[in-house]
Amino acid sequence: MKTSSLDRVLLLATGLLAAYQIAIGIDKMDNVPIIAYTIAFGVLLVAGLLLIILGLEVLEAPAVVIVSTIIPLALSLGLIWQRVASLRIPYLIFAAAGFLAVILTRSIPMKNKVPVVTIAVTHGIAGITIFLLPIILSLRGDAPAGFAWVGIGGALIGIGGLLLAFLKSGKPILSQKFILTVLPGLLLAMTICFVIGFKYG
Amino acid sequence: MQTIAAKLKLYLPLIKSLQTSLLLLTGVAGYLSAHTAVNWIRFWQMFPSLFLAIAGSTVLNMWWDQDIDAKMKRTHKRPTSSGQVTREETFNLGMALSVVGVGWALMVNGLYGVIVFAGLFFDVVVYSIWLKRRTCWSIVWGGISGAMPILAGRVLAIGRIDAIGILLACAVLFWIPTHTLTFSLKFAEDYSNAGVPTFPSTYGEAVARFAIAFSSVIAALTMGLAAVWIGVTAGTLRLIIVLSAGLFFLAATTVFRPSERVNFSLFKYASMYMTFAMLLIIP
Repeated sequence: MKTSSLDRVLLLATGLLAAYQIAIGIDKMDNVPIIAYTIAFGVLLVAGLLLIILGLEVLEAPAVVIVSTIIPLALSLGLIWQRVASLRIPYLIFAAAGFLAVILTRSIPMKNKVPVVTIAVTHGIAGITIFLLPIILSLRGDAPAGFAWVGIGGALIGIGGLLLAFLKSGKPILSQKFILTVLPGLLLAMTICFVIGFKYG
Repeated sequence: MQTIAAKLKLYLPLIKSLQTSLLLLTGVAGYLSAHTAVNWIRFWQMFPSLFLAIAGSTVLNMWWDQDIDAKMKRTHKRPTSSGQVTREETFNLGMALSVVGVGWALMVNGLYGVIVFAGLFFDVVVYSIWLKRRTCWSIVWGGISGAMPILAGRVLAIGRIDAIGILLACAVLFWIPTHTLTFSLKFAEDYSNAGVPTFPSTYGEAVARFAIAFSSVIAALTMGLAAVWIGVTAGTLRLIIVLSAGLFFLAATTVFRPSERVNFSLFKYASMYMTFAMLLIIP
């Protein structure tokens, strides 16, 4: 499927928003959240540029599974480090171990369900963290109401992950054309939510 | 009036507007990287002088390479090689643009003018006329000439050559092989037919790919170092590091998982990288 001009514009806007977030949106934080968010939005930025250059078909490459794990893991690590001090080290260990496990299970050929389970657990925990933590904190009054936008971004990233999983499953519930059509818009919407959430959170 | 419009239409491709614009942008970035109060009269004189000199050298290259261009599929439709613009006309146009551009630059500032002239001299005389048909290493001189606009811009702002200016020039110098070597890989047959020695034809494709990756990495490192020295904000530095990481990733992929698609991606990404980097060193 050919990448349209609209797709390119949406991806460029996503990249520019991610660039803004890296350069300005995460100042005045501790080192670990800055590094974690830089990695997350950095992957988003570089991925956006590569999708513009290479086209959306590149999403079918095997390495995409590994790269796409970085965004939720890094984002959730940043959130935990900022907001839940008691879980900092355990979550850091989980993020590092989860990422290594995804790399290993995707690099070594396996015929069992270990790769799928690994990715499901890693993405699942990270995704739920990004989705629920900001919303819970906002509802409890522990964070400004605007922080809930990060949670909405988390929901969208979850949908994006599911779409990518469908794309790679070989038996997609949704057609490849549909997935590739909505993905650039979804990426932009997700990034907008994160930028708003961090700005007003 | 129609004749003038028709002529301009023919002349436009001779100045390679995209390449000239990017080099002009490096000049502007070089000037603004000084983070000094902008002398607007000088700044606005830099645009036409630099533009005319770069455009002039590009046209003179086309004048000299007319026979080569005619043999290459990629370039045989250029107005010079297709005969729409005569060799004499091309030379006259190139000389006129070059003389006005360099002359203007010298009037704006002596050292600035000398650097603009050096860029033109390295590009036309050393690169095109002397070395291009003799050795694949000619691209180094092409790179040096391409690095002159950013140095010229910085010199115009601060009045002297400094270490940051040299670092910025090195970043452009090492970025240019990414461009030229990718083209020599993609159009290897063309260059071979025209008898132009290239890295792939002299040392093989693997060495050429390694050279592309290596020069990309060095370009990113020197740009990063220059940015630190200029004193960009922490956020800007983070952004440069992220963009550089993307460049390293593609450079490594070019070496370890080579394909034409990856090569071309690196080439395009490197162009985006340099554009963004130039914008980021501006306050």
